[in-house]
Amino acid sequence: MAKELKLMKGNEAIAEAAIRSGCDGYFGYPITPQSEVMEHLMIEKPWETTGMVVLQAESETSSINMVYGGAGVGKKVMTSSSSPGISLMQEGLTYLAGAELPALIVNVVRGGPGLGTIQPSQADYFQAVKGGGHGDYQMYVLAPASVQEMYDFVFKAWEIAFKYRNPVMILSDGAIGQVMEKLYVGPHIPRWTEEELRKNAPWASCGKPTSRDHNIITSLDLDSAKQEEHNHKLQAKYREMEEKEVLFETINCEDAEYIFVAYGSSARIAQKAIQLGREKGIKVGLLRLITLFPFPKKQVAEFSKKVKGMLAVEMSAGQMVEDVRLAAEFRCPIEHFGRYGGIIHTPHEVLEALEEKIIKG
Amino acid sequence: MFNPDIIKPENLVYKKTNVLTDAVMHYCPGCGHGTTHRLVAEVIEEMDIQDKAICIAPVGCSVLAYNYFNVDSLGAAHGRAPAMASAIQRMFPDRHTFTYQGDGDLAAIGTAETIHACNRGENIVIIFINNGIYGMTGGQMAPTTLIGMKTATSPYGRTVELNGYPLQITELLAELPGTYYVTRQSVHTAAAVRKTKKAIRQAFENQKNKKGTSLVEVVSNCNSGWKMTPVEANKWMVENMFAKYPIGDIKVDGEKVKK
Amino acid sequence: MAIKGAVVIDKERCKGCGVCVVACPNNVLALSKNVNGKGYHYSEAILDNCIGCTSCALVCPDGVITVYKVKL
Repeated sequence: MAKELKLMKGNEAIAEAAIRSGCDGYFGYPITPQSEVMEHLMIEKPWETTGMVVLQAESETSSINMVYGGAGVGKKVMTSSSSPGISLMQEGLTYLAGAELPALIVNVVRGGPGLGTIQPSQADYFQAVKGGGHGDYQMYVLAPASVQEMYDFVFKAWEIAFKYRNPVMILSDGAIGQVMEKLYVGPHIPRWTEEELRKNAPWASCGKPTSRDHNIITSLDLDSAKQEEHNHKLQAKYREMEEKEVLFETINCEDAEYIFVAYGSSARIAQKAIQLGREKGIKVGLLRLITLFPFPKKQVAEFSKKVKGMLAVEMSAGQMVEDVRLAAEFRCPIEHFGRYGGIIHTPHEVLEALEEKIIKG
Repeated sequence: MFNPDIIKPENLVYKKTNVLTDAVMHYCPGCGHGTTHRLVAEVIEEMDIQDKAICIAPVGCSVLAYNYFNVDSLGAAHGRAPAMASAIQRMFPDRHTFTYQGDGDLAAIGTAETIHACNRGENIVIIFINNGIYGMTGGQMAPTTLIGMKTATSPYGRTVELNGYPLQITELLAELPGTYYVTRQSVHTAAAVRKTKKAIRQAFENQKNKKGTSLVEVVSNCNSGWKMTPVEANKWMVENMFAKYPIGDIKVDGEKVKK
Repeated sequence: MAIKGAVVIDKERCKGCGVCVVACPNNVLALSKNVNGKGYHYSEAILDNCIGCTSCALVCPDGVITVYKVKL
């Protein structure tokens, strides 16, 4: 079937993708700058077409636990929120990870800390890739840089979430959530039938047939030896993701002497900065991270052996830059640049930072 | 053994249901949790809904309830069971999703989830064990702890000045239009057990008929937490707990019961 | 018409809480002077006048009592 062309906000693209990807349930709570996700769903009324359930919860705590419940019975379930709401969800996220449940969580990041601001930010990187909740766990974290990717990554999220039985986060920001762009949407993928659900998620606690023992979804094991064993299993899963599921894009890197490392909105700004730089004769390229966990360690390491320096560009006080430095093992100068607290840096500022911090260095 | 000659299958009148697993329950001797578990399991067996039942275990003494109910189960984060059940029942409307929660779980940390699930009229069954104390963590004060009652965190007795009033959450929930059936029972005598089982049956029947939220509170003893023998604890419960938490139906068929 | 009952108590699973002892209308049950593997003074029948009313089984938190009954 031919793809249809739409003009949509990033947040609406998430909702549209949910409906078209066979999502069974969305549970959310309004918060700027991502409220259009649930608003779009409520306008579309997918419960009348695909049978998808949409429910406005009383809090983010409740939303994430609705997701936890839905995931535990094998349904494709998701929520979306923005930074303060995602902080409230950390309890549910660690339970999802501990109980090994597939789910999609969208964070359209705004400036913090605290109530912060409603403007775009990338200061939730640590929270997304280093845990956020308690215990040793990882989410698979995708960083879209366009409305199209907001849409596409919902499909990718289901694939990874069910393959690894692990929560997946789409870490977006207020700019990508609010911007309107062209978007190609594909045909609807039907929701799983109960037969398909039982086949694809045999672990799900969706009602015990006589043919099997009762399923139990839990993150609890009071036997420490078993809990350690369970942790080993989780770690092996995360290592496998690092081995097989890293996604990134390189732009103008073939002849690059300098590299911007960025994701999401900052990657798009960096692309413009590359153009400005090249006009001035600076050979600069971009390593755009698509997965933040797993982090493209090998790619960063390779670049660090070849280039004169790297600038981590992110709308935070310097979070992703730590992972860049770890992967590069200080083989080349690595600096951070970014505006934050809701301010978006300009391409000129980014280029200037490269010149000041790395080239003149 | 007395009367061994009558111990034959055809004379059997009572036997533990297979909807409970054979695992030995971790509850203290004489605890009402075990009895209530059994009643829920018996109702599931009698209604022939073992394949449709989904149990949400809480955090608290019954955190391991999923090891005893021989039905598909999930362990909730503390207080969040009604949120989980809401989502599950909406996506699987022909199932029998029930939460099993204690007073700390339902009436303290999970107050918001409980009230909103009830207010939405989620088609779920909530089994609520009220023993006025946090048993699992070692007998601390609960929202339902009585005035004057000594606990690990109210060692001189609960006072209104310091701790506020015991929360009659069940009466509060009965006020919400989403609740269809709200009752308070106990399991300390054979007669009480029969009534409680009837109430639990009613709750699951309501769910089958998609009537909205049914809540069965079971006032129970916590003999370890109360520092009494099981038999003494049941007596104390009748004399003290029932005064604050009177036994009986509070709301039936969506209508408040007139006292 | 006489009614005769009998109880079978899984003494290894019994926790000796004594709730059944109080529940029995005919004082059939008592806690044993002996203990089970877990150290509990388990419940046992000490009289033969059980009427199979199931009261003990109904209040038993651990579901360890099985009851039989015949009408003679």
